[in-house]
Amino acid sequence: MPTAHLRVWRGDNDGEYVEYDVDYEEGMVVLDVVHRLQATQAGDLAVRWNCKAGKCGSCSAEINGKPQLQCMQRMEQYAGGETITIAPLKAFPLIRDLVTDVAWNYAKAKTIPTLKLTPPDADGNRRMAQIDMDRGQEFRKCIECFICQDVCHVIRDHPDNMDDFAGPRFFIRLAEIAMHPLDTNAKRDTVQHGFGLDYCNITKCCTDVCPEGIHITDNAIIPLKERRVDEFHDPLRALARKLTGKG
Amino acid sequence: MAQATSALERRYGDTQRTDRWWLEPLLVGSGLALFILYSTVSAVLGEHWAFETERHLYLSPFFEPLIHPGWLPAWLSPAAFILWAPLGFRTTCYYYRRAYYRAYFLSPPACAVREPASSYKGESVFPLVLQNAHRWFMYVAVLFVPVLWIGAVKSYHLPGEGFGIGLGSLMLTINAFLLMMFTIGCHALRHWVAGGLNQFSRSPFRRLRRRVWEVFTIANEHHKLWAWTSLIFVGVTDLYIHLVATGVITDPHTWSGPI
Repeated sequence: MPTAHLRVWRGDNDGEYVEYDVDYEEGMVVLDVVHRLQATQAGDLAVRWNCKAGKCGSCSAEINGKPQLQCMQRMEQYAGGETITIAPLKAFPLIRDLVTDVAWNYAKAKTIPTLKLTPPDADGNRRMAQIDMDRGQEFRKCIECFICQDVCHVIRDHPDNMDDFAGPRFFIRLAEIAMHPLDTNAKRDTVQHGFGLDYCNITKCCTDVCPEGIHITDNAIIPLKERRVDEFHDPLRALARKLTGKG
Repeated sequence: MAQATSALERRYGDTQRTDRWWLEPLLVGSGLALFILYSTVSAVLGEHWAFETERHLYLSPFFEPLIHPGWLPAWLSPAAFILWAPLGFRTTCYYYRRAYYRAYFLSPPACAVREPASSYKGESVFPLVLQNAHRWFMYVAVLFVPVLWIGAVKSYHLPGEGFGIGLGSLMLTINAFLLMMFTIGCHALRHWVAGGLNQFSRSPFRRLRRRVWEVFTIANEHHKLWAWTSLIFVGVTDLYIHLVATGVITDPHTWSGPI
């Protein structure tokens, strides 16, 4: 039975890394080993988890410096004898051990406009063509693990931006609303407001770490930026608006 | 054994990543610097560098289309009329922004690696707010696609000798293809063709635009690949034409006389 050499953050902000050796079996993931650590050596270790299937987004942590889901990282990928450092998400306030307070994300979610649908048809139904809905489906894969928020340097390295910046998770929500075929929100609520979109410099870390493989930057952030360009920076559209008197 | 440390990286470059995260920004930064250096030398030297072959069969893509009025002072290269467009297009391109923000601005140098700046407002403030000019450059860049294709097609016809084929013709064709793929993969162009629409189903024209958007999306998914291959190949093609024009190497071709 191989042995994992773990280095796990223990305590609050004044805590420290503590090293442990934990036996594991073939097929285990990092979360399994953390659970075994909890069961055998560190009964008071705080770790948040739920589904252990990469779908609840609860067990987010930083493994060897990379924001990841603990339940989706197989132990085989680490070389024998390699120390595996497991730290809490670093962009959010630490509660204890591997558990952080992600309440900022829920507060931010409340600032995002909700869908305002067009009135239903005469028969009481609303009809949408699949071709119009396809793009938004990708964004619905989000499991709200907040790994993209954690890795985004706009807030990770500059917490003073947290008031103005919604973050990648909510840019895909904004994109979903902005692209919805039946949404009637004013552009000023979804596109022109910005939600700190211009802070993003497209370094694509959010896309790189997304466990659901959502193309956050290419399919949500950049299209939102381009919609803002449509409104404010496109010379041909500005000329057309001037000539037609629209807008 | 316990080791006291802070949970959050505080200093520039601090990270717990154990992989070679520094390799990508190093390679990207070096590659871009090399191209900037080469293209500057080629463009500034202009005629002294030689940008077309003896019978004007091959014209370097740095100078396509050739604008060479008689009043142009000797110190000003014809490339000055051309290069501002691809330079602006690539500088404001979303992929290149990612590349040089990481490699040169270290903002951040890699994911989850602490960046050096103490404050950050991104592209919301001057001068980076000027990146929004990408749409302007995109409108100009799309004009270069047919121009380069015309130049490539013309390179198969040598006046006085008729149609033929040379290695330079093939290189100009590949160059036009790569630049076309880079351009149609552009995020701004992809958005412009249909990305801004919400209801594709409302008319056949909108469905057609959606189809074009899907095709452009295929190129967009490999934008990084097209960005690098087109960048490298335009430099290689320019160098090749320079070497042929100055007689350093001979272009293998099907024509009998000089090209």
